[in-house]
Amino acid sequence: MKPRRRRMMAMTSGLVCLAAATALVLTAFEQNMLYFYTPTEIAAGVAPEGKRLRVGGLVERDSVRRTPGSLEVRFDVTDLDRSITVAYAGVLPDLFREGQGVVAHGRVGGNGVFEADEVLARHDENYMPPEVADMLEERGHPRDASLP
Amino acid sequence: MLGAGLAAIAVGAFGGLLLAPPDYQQGDAYRIIYFHVPSAYLAMQLYALMAIGSAIGLVWRMKLAYAIAAAAAPVGLAFTGLALATGMLWGKPMWGAYWSWGDARLTSVLVMFFLYLGYMLLHASLEERSTADRAAGILAVVGVVNLPIIKFSVEWWSSLHQGPTISRLAAPAITWDMLWPLLVMIVGAALFSFAVTLTRARAEVLLRERGARWARDVVAAGA
Repeated sequence: MKPRRRRMMAMTSGLVCLAAATALVLTAFEQNMLYFYTPTEIAAGVAPEGKRLRVGGLVERDSVRRTPGSLEVRFDVTDLDRSITVAYAGVLPDLFREGQGVVAHGRVGGNGVFEADEVLARHDENYMPPEVADMLEERGHPRDASLP
Repeated sequence: MLGAGLAAIAVGAFGGLLLAPPDYQQGDAYRIIYFHVPSAYLAMQLYALMAIGSAIGLVWRMKLAYAIAAAAAPVGLAFTGLALATGMLWGKPMWGAYWSWGDARLTSVLVMFFLYLGYMLLHASLEERSTADRAAGILAVVGVVNLPIIKFSVEWWSSLHQGPTISRLAAPAITWDMLWPLLVMIVGAALFSFAVTLTRARAEVLLRERGARWARDVVAAGA
């Protein structure tokens, strides 16, 4: 074999092996690659119990309850199938609103309430001017972010 | 090419920052995409260029390919840094955090940042240029595995970072008056970065061939 051909073979096979190894590692650590669990997964017991984890979904409409005089807030996060109540005390991000995608970081408490110490808003991939959004809503399209 | 790139960037920035309407949810804060998206896009393009140059150099021992790879690295590093910085600036008001460990997109782009840095450090630390080209080239080629991870990280796993808006099979999820400045910016950034990379590659070749007669002639001619 010519040296050039040998080098090409070495590099190609090296890259193929590397790609395969990476794919295997990523598959093995799939649970750790997930940024958040859905409420359905938590209800089904897929998520590790008692450990810190993130739950993601939409803030359910009319579910945000604030405690007057404090930063404490409770709301339900839903994946349109199951929902879980999140308790949080702190400043919520600008994009936080009902119907918005959020990711809460914390752990599931004994009473089934998710005790969050961090709540991040999740933006979807849609961009449009306010007039277009209003028009869509008038025509009956929901303005809500869809689930990932 | 440099002039055309700068002109396109000026037009795109004007269109994106002044002409495009505000977003229904994010208001004016979304306008950072006019810098974030082209930077991130070019960061990956330049990595691909660097890796292909290194691969050609490794297989065919072509010195020009190595020179292009070495020239592309700092440009790509700069764009990666810009993409990370603009993303963090946007993340603070929108997500509520500058950075979130555990997000696959954020982490894989940070890995690319360190791959660029590693390539440049390795290249600079080896005295013998052909050894430096080969060692850093292998690193660049190995790091190619990271590119599909960056691209598909938001689709394979749940992530904080949103999914693709433009490069998806369905129609872009953005209205035209917001999209065109972004496309102009991407073209401008591409022209700009390739112009800078080619100029750097030319200087790199002249530097490497400084002992050769033709290189002295070119420099002497002031070209």
